[in-house]
Amino acid sequence: MITDFRYRGASTGKKLFISLAIFVMLLYVLLILYPLINMVLSSFKDNRAILTTPFSLPEEFSFSTYKTVWIDKGFSRYFANSLLVTTISMALVLLFGSMASYGISRYTYRLNTLVYMLFLSGIMLPLKAAIIPLFLLIKTLGLINKPLSVILIFMAMGLPSTVFILAGFMKGIPLELEYAAKIDGCNDFAIYRRVVMPMVAPAIALVTIYNAVPIWNDFFFPLVFLQSDKVKTLPVGLSTFFGQHSTNWSLLFTGLSIAILPMLVLYLFMSKYFIKGMTAGAVK
Amino acid sequence: MHQIQRSKTLWILFFITPGLLVVGVFILLPLFMSLFNSLFSWKQLVRLDFVGLDNFRRLLTTFPYQERFFNALGNNLTWFLSTTLIQNTLGLMFGYLLSRNLPGAQFFKRVFFIPVLFSIVAVGFLWGMYLKPSGLVNSFLELAGLASLQRPWLGLEHLATPSIIMVNIWRWVGFPSLVFLAAIDNVPQECMEAAYLEGTGEWKLFWKIIFPLIIPSITIITVLTIIGSLNVFEQIYTMTGLDGAPNYSTDTIGTLFYRTAFGSIDAGSPEIGIGSAIGLVIYMLTFTVSLLSIFVTRKREVQL
Repeated sequence: MITDFRYRGASTGKKLFISLAIFVMLLYVLLILYPLINMVLSSFKDNRAILTTPFSLPEEFSFSTYKTVWIDKGFSRYFANSLLVTTISMALVLLFGSMASYGISRYTYRLNTLVYMLFLSGIMLPLKAAIIPLFLLIKTLGLINKPLSVILIFMAMGLPSTVFILAGFMKGIPLELEYAAKIDGCNDFAIYRRVVMPMVAPAIALVTIYNAVPIWNDFFFPLVFLQSDKVKTLPVGLSTFFGQHSTNWSLLFTGLSIAILPMLVLYLFMSKYFIKGMTAGAVK
Repeated sequence: MHQIQRSKTLWILFFITPGLLVVGVFILLPLFMSLFNSLFSWKQLVRLDFVGLDNFRRLLTTFPYQERFFNALGNNLTWFLSTTLIQNTLGLMFGYLLSRNLPGAQFFKRVFFIPVLFSIVAVGFLWGMYLKPSGLVNSFLELAGLASLQRPWLGLEHLATPSIIMVNIWRWVGFPSLVFLAAIDNVPQECMEAAYLEGTGEWKLFWKIIFPLIIPSITIITVLTIIGSLNVFEQIYTMTGLDGAPNYSTDTIGTLFYRTAFGSIDAGSPEIGIGSAIGLVIYMLTFTVSLLSIFVTRKREVQL
């Protein structure tokens, strides 16, 4: 495009401007990457080296601290717990969310708008503000220290935006397709499953990332509901770990690397989807 | 006909009931319970007498609640203003530069977004270590010959909140950058090219053509910033602790709310009444802002 910032054919002033812009951005890249690189390098150093020569390379790359953190300090369990909670919540959010979207967007009935509004109200009501009644509720249900407690809350967290995004997509599918399937003898569930769901697959990918990342990273609800070490998720486990080993910097940097790197690796392979999914709520 | 109508109703119920049940029980019911709970006095987890709006009166006018509440609210305001001023301005600048496909744009775009994916807890702990008196930030200042600028960043009342805000900006800047980039990419190319061929300067091009057309996304980012600022909790929890140390200088509505609900303000036992009152304040602020934003964007869409 002719409005692109290119060096070729640009005036001296413009070249200078482009160079300056690139310089500023490179500086910011450094500001993002260096703390991460330092984190990983520090995880291979001992405490003294971290404090006295923070910028040097480690003397050897030994994975002994990784083994300690992953096995002895329970990070493998925290990791598995996070994976379990995120997967189950997401599966249920997608199932119930797509069903509700179908029920809202593919039928005309009097309470249609009201149902849609009830779901949307969840976008505007911060769930954290309800922590007291939620705590009393979860306690009454006997779900404290059970993964189901946060799964239910994550479902409530994910459903409103899922319905908002999916119902929008489903409204765009022509009704004729549905009639054709009906004539072929499909019932409503078969139409939902075989006709509508495959057509909104890209939107499903979008809402999955939009919800799975915040659920994976969530700290507040697991902090309140999952206090027993057996059921802790990664962010809460990390927090406990920091409380117990506050002076062992080598271990702490290892713990952080274990918590951060998997997401980074996943992002390297799917950055396009992550960017699209995470900004889905703010970009039309 | 009757038969078809009934089976249609059943199908609708089948599709919407599970989701509606979850939203009803875990979003709407807690809202009404908060409202209800805030009107009673409590002893630990036991509800006592109906006291009307007395919890709100105590929160807003008596010690220590009043002092803590307004201190925290003030900090949330600081969060909002500095985030808007620094993070969103930087984001707009990055988004604008990226939209013009300058060399390396794809690379910059991907790198800027990296920290957005990390949990706030991990980011908070990481920078909490870097900002310690013996941490990386001070080591870097020494290396750069700026040892006189070394500070215990999270230990000084006037520096702790700004430091935590900077960490949060480090994590988030990629988000507004890419939202603004998407918005600018949606500006009709003909408008840009026409103005460009007429020799319109960069400055004018931005303010007269791009800026007015991306106001909807500026509104969205502002709303998300307000909601985000009201939600600040993990950042404080990981870097200066639940009490908002030093001396409550980093306390926010989120941490105050948590302390009140679970282990209390200055004393030590949960205070459900006052806590519910704070919860309702958060509800009302968020809800009003969200409604207002919908109203504003609607109005603007009609104008366009």
